[in-house]
Amino acid sequence: MAASFLFSQFVGGLTTAMFLFLIASGLSLVFGVMRVVNFAHGTFYMLGAYLAWQAVQWLSPTGENFWPAALLAALGIAVLGAVVERLLLRHLYGREELYQLLFTYALVLILGDAAKFIWGTGQLSVTRPPVLAASLHLFGAEVPLYNLFIMILGPLIALGGWLVLNRSGAGRLVRAASYDREMLDALGANVGTIYTGMFVVSAFLAGLSGALVTPIESVVPGMDVEIIVQAFIVVVIGGLGSFWGTFWGSVIYGQVLSFGILIFPGFSLFSVFALMAVILIIRPWGLFGRPIR
Amino acid sequence: MNRVALGRSIPWTLVVFLIAVWVPALGSRYDTFLGTQIAIDALFVVSLNLLLGTTGLVSFGHAAYFGIGAYACGILMKTYGVPFVIAFPAAALIAAFFALIFGFFCVRLSALYFAMLTLAFAQIVWAICFKWNAVTGGDEGLPNIPYPKLDWISSLPGLGDLSIADEFYLLTILMVALSFAILRQVIRSPFGRMLTTIRDNPERAAFIGLNVRAYELAAFVVAGGFAGLAGALYGIFNRGAFADYVFWSKSAEVLIMTILGGINYFWGPPVGAFALVWLNQEITSYTQYWPFVLGVVLLVLLFGFPGGIVGGLVAGYERLRRMLRPRHA
Amino acid sequence: MLDVRKLSKAFAGFVAVDAVSLAVETRQTTAVIGPNGAGKSTFFNLITGHLRPDSGQVLLDGRDITGTPPHRICRLGIGRSFQRTNIFTRLSVLENVQAALLAHRGRGHDFWSRSERFYRDEAEELLGSIGLAHQADSTAGTLAYGNQKQLELGIALASDPQVLLLDEPTAGMSATETREAMKLLERIAGERGLTLIFTEHDMEVVFSIAEKIAVLHQGRVLAKGTPAEVRADAEVRRVYLGERP
Ligand SMILES: Nc1ncnc2c1ncn2[C@@H]1O[C@H](COP(=O)(O)OP(=O)(O)OP(=O)(O)O)[C@@H](O)[C@H]1O
Ligand SMILES: [Mg+2]
Repeated sequence: MAASFLFSQFVGGLTTAMFLFLIASGLSLVFGVMRVVNFAHGTFYMLGAYLAWQAVQWLSPTGENFWPAALLAALGIAVLGAVVERLLLRHLYGREELYQLLFTYALVLILGDAAKFIWGTGQLSVTRPPVLAASLHLFGAEVPLYNLFIMILGPLIALGGWLVLNRSGAGRLVRAASYDREMLDALGANVGTIYTGMFVVSAFLAGLSGALVTPIESVVPGMDVEIIVQAFIVVVIGGLGSFWGTFWGSVIYGQVLSFGILIFPGFSLFSVFALMAVILIIRPWGLFGRPIR
Repeated sequence: MNRVALGRSIPWTLVVFLIAVWVPALGSRYDTFLGTQIAIDALFVVSLNLLLGTTGLVSFGHAAYFGIGAYACGILMKTYGVPFVIAFPAAALIAAFFALIFGFFCVRLSALYFAMLTLAFAQIVWAICFKWNAVTGGDEGLPNIPYPKLDWISSLPGLGDLSIADEFYLLTILMVALSFAILRQVIRSPFGRMLTTIRDNPERAAFIGLNVRAYELAAFVVAGGFAGLAGALYGIFNRGAFADYVFWSKSAEVLIMTILGGINYFWGPPVGAFALVWLNQEITSYTQYWPFVLGVVLLVLLFGFPGGIVGGLVAGYERLRRMLRPRHA
Repeated sequence: MLDVRKLSKAFAGFVAVDAVSLAVETRQTTAVIGPNGAGKSTFFNLITGHLRPDSGQVLLDGRDITGTPPHRICRLGIGRSFQRTNIFTRLSVLENVQAALLAHRGRGHDFWSRSERFYRDEAEELLGSIGLAHQADSTAGTLAYGNQKQLELGIALASDPQVLLLDEPTAGMSATETREAMKLLERIAGERGLTLIFTEHDMEVVFSIAEKIAVLHQGRVLAKGTPAEVRADAEVRRVYLGERP
């Protein structure tokens, strides 16, 4: 097998991984702090992609305004997140976990169809921003600059997120909230604001990744559920609520998916399934998660 | 008992069965068609409610076992020429077997992991059904599953000449009624009681000596098996097994039927199935956005009527009784 | 009976239980006391398998049961109540006790009988002995708080334990309720020959019924011994009873 082929599989896997990481970290963050598994997180990602496409159409279909369009889309999704949390989700906090879960699930159904209604069921695509339209030749493989950009952006966001969580006052509050809600309440911190903040940040991340994926993948209905299932598998591998767990979980997922094609042609998902099964057997709480007992 | 004794002593399964038997004789062909659909969905939702209402586990991927049942029965009957009497129970066993494997992983951690993993496994099953052309027919599906031999139904005294669809309807309601009787019994048994303790309070359940995970897994396997039966019937009814049966939106549909009817009553989910099948028939001519409708139904239920239709009816009945009581006293 | 040796547990670096040892004789009544956050509940959770100790051992009748999962521990004859009341809220009071009996007698695998037919008399008798007979048909979640605590005791007793761990059995009760609940406990422990270990914030209760007291403070044993010994302990007086030397 040619080295160039292996290398391009590797790069493909890493690109997938970085998108997954952006999605899964938002999911994990909301779970860690609010104990809500947000099924609609993938839908935020999809809507981010659609909004980015829309913004590109408005601003300039030729693509030189991709960056503002992406930012606009991410901000739009952040606003959507704020509205959802403030108007609806908030009223379910006192209720059983089941209700919060079902609520986010209802959003998947409603927003998914809303997107179909607005943008139809066809494939939409966005051209790569001109700055990054070129490709590099590395180890005999052709690597688009845009992918390279994503591969650098992912770890940067990871590092930035980690620094914010561990070194800033706001981050300390967030981590405290994930340990002990009542304690934080007692200390007079405004838990409600922290929750809204977390939800908005995670929606922003989802919207941003959706926007950034548009030059690589076409925007289609169904990408929401596809990505959320992948994100679930990532957090199961890495450990739900663990920051580095999501990072390494994504990287492993991406590589297994890329190279799984070589082992089970046509069934690369099967290798991911096998990986998840093995991890659930030997470390049910995930590679970086904490055991419950 | 403080809770409603309403109709406790009535053998509802038998009553509904005896009423449903008359549909082919009195109704149109379309009624029989709808009746078959509702009966199959009713079994599907009751199997899901063993998890949701009885054990307190939310499965977002119950369609996986429904679909596996449909494919298993279809493949056995079509590809291998196995007769229905064997293929049908085999479908349940195969679905239960997959439920055992996937369930083993799903029950390992908290309820939230359960929710995520059930969906993930179902989507994996879907991807396999969708791609494995050699066995499942891939995206073409598995068309032309043969009808079982059902002439014997027409030769039963008093039934006369029936169309194949009528015969299959009668077979379906018989199978569904039998399954209901079994599931009802399971819920009332000591095993079922253990499941309700887990639903109410898993921590305490462990500390009356229950291996909670093992019980959850057992419930998952039973639920998967009966979903497989429903799927087997559905495959024959629809003359084919298709990857759609396993898709997440199918799981969403049963979940919402179940909640719509009311998870706290055995007959809640079938009522939900009835209502949603009817709603679907009414609506599909106006809109293709069925998931949107489902989502809105779910939102309304969550914020307005958490008890579902039957829960709401029972609450209404209770209130009425309380209002009337002082006058008689 | 129960022998706990140097049990330790830390949460993310914070040591909640620090090398705690406690040996309890059969039929002895022991109180574990200490200020909020002392580690009492964590100590119980370590014994009953809800938490896995970082180090140390738990011996029941000389047998090592460290790290055994809760449902097994329950079957080995340790019963417990939880600090936050833990009952089956949507079942009736009778069904709560019946379920515990079914589970304890290994009937849970039975698919083919009707659960309500089992152990009715026994369940009613048990409810009678804890003073809940008149509430048998009420939904457990609708009971008054004190009655829920009684019911939890009933559930624990249904598993026929030798050792009973009660985490704040009278929390949230009025003074009269507390006295009655403790009287009930003493009677039942006497009748059944139970080894009782409980945590409690009401010192009057503790000193009136405990034969042995262990004082926890910041995860460590500050003192243990008879009530008189503990009362006399200078360290305890200083740290716990808030006296200045
Ligand atoms: N699961 C956990 N994760 C992190 N910290 C914990 C956990 N459980 C308990 N703690 C901490 O361990 C310490 C001891 O808690 P524990 O509940 O055992 O105290 P306690 O003596 O029972 O107090 P109280 O009288 O309030 O019931 C507390 O500081 C608590 O915050
Ligand atoms: Mg405590």
